[in-house]
Amino acid sequence: MKELVESIAKALVDHPDDVRVTEVENDRSLTLKLEVHEDDMGKVIGKQGRIAKAIRSVVNAAGANQNKRIQLEIG
Amino acid sequence: MKKVTVSGKTIEEAVESGLEKLDATMDMVEYHVIEEPQKALFGLLGGKPAVVEVKVKPDPIKEALLFLRDTIDKMGVSASVEAEERDEGMFLNITGSEIGVLIGKRGQTLDSLQYLVNLVANRQSENYVRIYLDAEGYRARRKEALVTLAERLSDKALRTGREVRLEPMSAHERKIIHTALQDVKGVSTFSDGQEPHRRIVVVPK
Repeated sequence: MKELVESIAKALVDHPDDVRVTEVENDRSLTLKLEVHEDDMGKVIGKQGRIAKAIRSVVNAAGANQNKRIQLEIG
Repeated sequence: MKKVTVSGKTIEEAVESGLEKLDATMDMVEYHVIEEPQKALFGLLGGKPAVVEVKVKPDPIKEALLFLRDTIDKMGVSASVEAEERDEGMFLNITGSEIGVLIGKRGQTLDSLQYLVNLVANRQSENYVRIYLDAEGYRARRKEALVTLAERLSDKALRTGREVRLEPMSAHERKIIHTALQDVKGVSTFSDGQEPHRRIVVVPK
C-alpha cells in the first residue's frame, strides 16, 4: 500500500526524490503519512482537495480489496 | 526523459545525429543549441562544432498508460489495459475479472483514476489530451441506466406536477441526464447545489 501511494505521488510532483511515505499498522487499519517537497504540496492536494480526494479514493479501493481501512494523511 | 547531447558541423547535422541516436523522428523531439558552430579560419584554425541537446518529448498517452498500468498493479488487481482512439478522445479500456474494485461505488474509483491519469498525462505536455477510462463497458452501461432513470423521473414529475430532485452526480453524469431530457415536452432540468453535492432537479413546466 505504501508503494501505491508513493508511485502515485511521484508521478504527480516535480521533486519525486522528496516523496516520503511512512506507515503505521494496526489490527485492521493502516495509517499512511505522505510527505512531499513543500513546492509540491499543491500537486498532491489540488484545488479544494480534489487531487487528495482522488488519491484517497484509489487507496481506499485497494485497501478494501485487502480488507483494510486506510487513512491517508498528507503534509 | 530520454535526451542526448550531440555535436556536428552544423546545427542540422548535430540534430540529425541526435535523432539517429534516440531512434526518433523530428516531431517526437525538441532541441536547444548549447554551442553555435564556428567556421575555421581559412579552413584551418579554431573551427568549433555545433553542440545541441536533443530531447524526446514526453508522449502523454504513453505516460498515461504507464501510470495506469503501474497503479493497477500496485492496487493488487490483475487487469489489462488497452488504448483506443475514438472521436471524443483517447480511451483506455480496462478488462479483467476483479474489475469491480477499479470501478467502485457508482464509478467513483474509476473517475478518480481517470482524473489522476489526466493529470499525469498532461503534466509535461504542451498539447492537452483528454483521456477517458472505461472498464468492461461500464461507461455505456451507466449511461443507459442514467437515461432510463431520467425518463422515469421525468414521467414522475409530469404525473405529480412536482419537481423531482436526483441524487448528487458528477458533471459528466449530469450532462447525460440534461441531454436525455432536453427534448422531452413538459419538463425542464437544472442543476442545484455546490460540487460535489450538485444534483439535477427535474421541473414540470
